[in-house]
Amino acid sequence: MIDKLLKADGRRLGFLAKMGDRWRAIPKGWRFAAGLAFVLLLVVLPRVQIPIIDPIIRTTKIDFTTVLFTVAMYIVVAVGLNVVIGLAGLLDLGYIGFFAVGAYSVALFGSPQSPLATKYPWLICVPIAIAVTMISGVLLGWPTLRVRGDYLAIVTLGFGEIVRLVAQNSAFTNGQRGIGNIPYPPGTWPEGGGGFLDPAWGTLPIFGSATSLGWYWLALACVILCMYASRRLEHSRVGRAWVAIREDEDAAEIMGVQAFKFKLWAFAIGAALGGLAGALFAGKQAFMGSNSFDLLTSILFVAMVVVGGAGNLAGVTLGAILVWYLPERLRGIELFGVELNTGEYRLLAFGLALIIVMTFRPKGLLPKRYRSSQPPVVAEEATA
Amino acid sequence: MHFDYWLDNFWSLSVGGLTQGAIYALVALGYTLVYGVLRLINFAHSEVFMTGTFAVIIAWDMLGYDLNAQRPGTGVVIALLVAGLVAASLTSAGTALLVERVAYRPLRRKNPPSLVFLITAIGASVVLFEAVGLLTDRKLKGAITLVQPKEVFSLFGASVDNVQIMIVVAAVVMMFGLEQFINRTRLGRGVRAVAQNPDAAALMGVNRDRVIMLIFMIGGLMAGGAALLHIVKVGSAQYDVGFLLGVKAFAAAVLGGIGNLRGALIGGLLLGLAENWGAGIFGTIWMNVVPFAVLVLILMFRPTGLLGESMGRARA
Repeated sequence: MIDKLLKADGRRLGFLAKMGDRWRAIPKGWRFAAGLAFVLLLVVLPRVQIPIIDPIIRTTKIDFTTVLFTVAMYIVVAVGLNVVIGLAGLLDLGYIGFFAVGAYSVALFGSPQSPLATKYPWLICVPIAIAVTMISGVLLGWPTLRVRGDYLAIVTLGFGEIVRLVAQNSAFTNGQRGIGNIPYPPGTWPEGGGGFLDPAWGTLPIFGSATSLGWYWLALACVILCMYASRRLEHSRVGRAWVAIREDEDAAEIMGVQAFKFKLWAFAIGAALGGLAGALFAGKQAFMGSNSFDLLTSILFVAMVVVGGAGNLAGVTLGAILVWYLPERLRGIELFGVELNTGEYRLLAFGLALIIVMTFRPKGLLPKRYRSSQPPVVAEEATA
Repeated sequence: MHFDYWLDNFWSLSVGGLTQGAIYALVALGYTLVYGVLRLINFAHSEVFMTGTFAVIIAWDMLGYDLNAQRPGTGVVIALLVAGLVAASLTSAGTALLVERVAYRPLRRKNPPSLVFLITAIGASVVLFEAVGLLTDRKLKGAITLVQPKEVFSLFGASVDNVQIMIVVAAVVMMFGLEQFINRTRLGRGVRAVAQNPDAAALMGVNRDRVIMLIFMIGGLMAGGAALLHIVKVGSAQYDVGFLLGVKAFAAAVLGGIGNLRGALIGGLLLGLAENWGAGIFGTIWMNVVPFAVLVLILMFRPTGLLGESMGRARA
């Protein structure tokens, strides 16, 4: 029976690959236009009731805009972790540590309640947060990236736990009481809103507590920027070095790739994206406590990259949607008379998903294809 | 920093650390055995231990000695301890075999990179502890205090009680038994052969799958013993007990030299000591940081651990 399942799965994969080829065969201008239209759709998604699609995707129990923001923020996390796991092949189980460092940097540099009391605005805090997380990534990577891959997983797990313990117990981060009054970007909604915005928001701050729409747009912009940067990076010398290291570190070294240096880069860049996501998180929450950074969330991070398809941006996006959107959509739905308590079963479901996906499709639901295994696309030559 | 506190309480901290270290050592054996043979970290081993702790309490409950029961006489206590050991060992070994069957064996045929095993093991670990968490409502489950801690003798002013002695002695005896098994018996020779060279061992007629099942089972039995000792020491079980303890036991295995049985014992005891001393010096809230710091330090300065990585004497 398993053989049959595997065969059917192979057919599905073939179909996916064919769709990908067709997409790539479309002229570049059309692809760009389609992408733009899709982004526009995402921009207006929370405010416009699109027929047919809307009742399917809108969450019923929780504010849809907030859910969209959360998903976008975790897509940034997924893109960052994808650099580490998907491209460089380093299993980082403590990625939440970088997320937390970014969030706490914003809280510490921005909030009037923090012992630093620098009270920088949010926009200045973000580059600081990214710099601090990059440094923490290098500091963690320096001693540990020389060790074997499977040890790295445990050491990073330890890092995540240490960050949480420090946040929880040190006086500097205000312990379990946390830090409040975290700054947010400036700007207010225009009055009226022209039918698109809610008139009730009139002249309220865009990034205030009235709506998550501003945060969602900001996070969406971050996602697009990070994906673009990640793509460019992947096709650069650095990206090729990462793939070479992931496939065979010794062979890469022999070919002149300085494995340690590039692994450290992967760590630093991945950490920076985690820090950016953390900065978004801190600004949106406006309050920073240590409870948001437990290790199980870190395992969910890994799950979204691995289940979705490590190395493939579409894959990790799918993973983020599965992990963070699906449970919210299913929350409160009654199935056979039992109300689904998705928050409670999320970890169980993704634990199972990790085993099943790894067994049947070790490269994730939307696997990355590489040029070597790809037949030349004739159609692309003809249209170009 | 409380160095004066550490100096004043040096012996009592050490005794406590050795006791906890003995439990780490037993759990570390599971990691070491699997790593020695398969070269992969069995991330789910912590949950193997966790199911054992619940098995002990459930077995005692079923025999009529729940949290509120009167403490029975000595004979019954010994019988209950044996019953708990049997229940925990069977449950843990069963869980370990289940993990091997579900998360490892289907993959082993495909021969994927070792990270894939680690990811399925994490999946198995999450599934196990979430399932137990849901079944127990994520509540602490208390056990009857079978052995009341009573000072037996004092060591430089630090009291050593019967529970501590029992834990350390039991752990050392189990370790010794395991080492004899691996070094002296026919099955143990098979384990060493597969650890040394899986292909050659298979050509010589060693059934590799059976050896792998055997080491998972032994690891589970040891974790079951550790689970009983943990319950006697701590008195309660919780679904997430395995997580930190598992990472610490892994750190212990690496400290002693993963794949090395004696290394697991020494690593466990040393890690227990380091952890308790660290708690004394820096305060108990930083206790859980110590094992991770130790792990990073060993990997930086002596990645093969104190005794080096080898299964038994066979590896040259």
